Amino acid sequence: MDEQEELQRVDAEIPAVPAAAAVRTPWTEFRRKFLRQPVAVVAGAFVLLLVVLALASPWLAPYDAENFFDYDSLNALPSVKHWFGVDPLGRDIFSRILVGSRISLTAGFVSVAVGALVGTALGLIAGYYEGWWDRIIMRICDVLFAFPGILLAIGIVAILGGGMFNVIIAVAIFSIPTFARLVRGNTLGLKHLTFIEAARSIGASDWTIVTRHIFPGTIAAVVVYFSLRIGTSIITAASLSFIGMGAQPPTPEWGAMLNEARADMMTSPHVALFPSLAIFLTVLAFNLLGDGLRDALDPKIERQ
Amino acid sequence: MLQYFAKRLLGLIPTLALVGVLVFLFVHLLPGDPARLAAGPDANPETVALVRQDLGLDKSLPEQFLRFSRGVLQGDFGRSLRTKRPVSTEIAERFMPTFWLTSMAMAWSVAIGMFIGVLSAVWRNRWPDRVGMTLAVTGISFPAFALGMVLMQIFSVQLNWLPTVGADSWRHYILPSLTLGAAVAAIMARFTRSSFVDILQEDYVRTARAKGLPETVVVVKHGLRNALIPVVTMMGLQFGFLLGGSIVVEVVFNWPGMGRLLIDAVDMRDYPVIQGLVLLFSLEFVLINLAVDVLYAVINPTIRYR
Repeated sequence: MDEQEELQRVDAEIPAVPAAAAVRTPWTEFRRKFLRQPVAVVAGAFVLLLVVLALASPWLAPYDAENFFDYDSLNALPSVKHWFGVDPLGRDIFSRILVGSRISLTAGFVSVAVGALVGTALGLIAGYYEGWWDRIIMRICDVLFAFPGILLAIGIVAILGGGMFNVIIAVAIFSIPTFARLVRGNTLGLKHLTFIEAARSIGASDWTIVTRHIFPGTIAAVVVYFSLRIGTSIITAASLSFIGMGAQPPTPEWGAMLNEARADMMTSPHVALFPSLAIFLTVLAFNLLGDGLRDALDPKIERQ
Repeated sequence: MLQYFAKRLLGLIPTLALVGVLVFLFVHLLPGDPARLAAGPDANPETVALVRQDLGLDKSLPEQFLRFSRGVLQGDFGRSLRTKRPVSTEIAERFMPTFWLTSMAMAWSVAIGMFIGVLSAVWRNRWPDRVGMTLAVTGISFPAFALGMVLMQIFSVQLNWLPTVGADSWRHYILPSLTLGAAVAAIMARFTRSSFVDILQEDYVRTARAKGLPETVVVVKHGLRNALIPVVTMMGLQFGFLLGGSIVVEVVFNWPGMGRLLIDAVDMRDYPVIQGLVLLFSLEFVLINLAVDVLYAVINPTIRYR
């Protein structure tokens, strides 16, 4: 450990003078620790920018993403007129990437939100009631975990059929067991603490204990995982489109665009470059944001 | 030890049985009539009825399940709707290329990932750590199919050093295994680092340093073995990621493996092949996790007696 950190640690261990210290709520603590990480702050700002761009994409896109064909500049390299160049069919790549951001962000966010919601509920039930509930829920999770990686999503898409909506359902189901396990673990750790016992002894109902006392204790872990999981889900959804099971051409979904670009890699590699960069930067931003949230929310980090 | 192994093995049976039920029900969850699917789009009603009888689809669901499980236990998954050959033959032809691809990817990614992780932890917050962790976060953020296309463009098309598609020689394995392993190497690096950072702050590491052991001995002897415990668990989980990832990578490199077969089967709605492959993929994953758990017990003796 270097000197700087040693000093910081000593600082942290000296109790603050109560009169001079500002009120420390979990929220201010979180803000202080989060703002100390420039990389995570930049990533968070980038995510916000992406969301704004995605929402405004229909008005921002200079050309129609699916139905505008510039036959005079097929395969053109990036220029002032076409910022990211033109694909072999004459479509403006910049417009397609912009419009595609909406699809990818929606897929990532909605699927993880559904997965987190169902997974958290199952995890709370399993951890709080234990016994049969726990056995049944965890057995279901084991079975879902027995399908490696993207295979479960492929199976679900095979049943439901292709298309972006079904991909979102598939990716959501794929996320449920991870959230359920995470929340169950936290719940098991929390439920034997004194404040839960106190709540029970004054006659609080199970519902009140779970929603008011246990659930808030699991939020930090869920939030961190949420951000990291969005990255994974965007990649999974794009992968499904890439192998032809998600969005179909001419939809400007980034994975589907890459699949289309594959045929012309020899002559016009720039067509594949921009969708790749778009996926990479978006997922990178969510991952860096998730790392920052983890460092700001995880009480274990304080010790190091 | 043997008792622990037996207990874990028995614990797998209910999970595997449920996976089997799900895969069996898969046919009935598909939209449309499986008999019509099997008979083909132009078949007349009589043919469809014959096919239904032939496949046993006219029997009750439990009877069909018994028939299905008996077949599976004997390695009989039925015949492919597309080629009419037994599913087991179809899969057997495709098994080895995928097996070698995933094994190679796992081998290099675990070695490199752990190496970067240890370096980053030892030189924490200094430049080797910064470089290593930047690489790692890039690795988990770059989708495999895009990486594969980039590598192919650079090394096969521009430089002409390596072949593009197929699996004929060892040179064909380089790019696909790099593509497949990149994300795993990145995850292993991040995980090893955080596990190692924790270990390096333990009292016994301080004791080892205090008694004057060289830093290399402290890191390798006192750190590595203890840091390995969570890392090994992570490795098992990553194998699942690799098996799944191989499906996408095989599409990029037109690899003659099980992933490519699965995608083609889904396209053609060749459900016996889908069933066989899904069962095999999950069986493989579950067995690998068992192996990892046993390895875990070898490294960490306290777990055996629980």
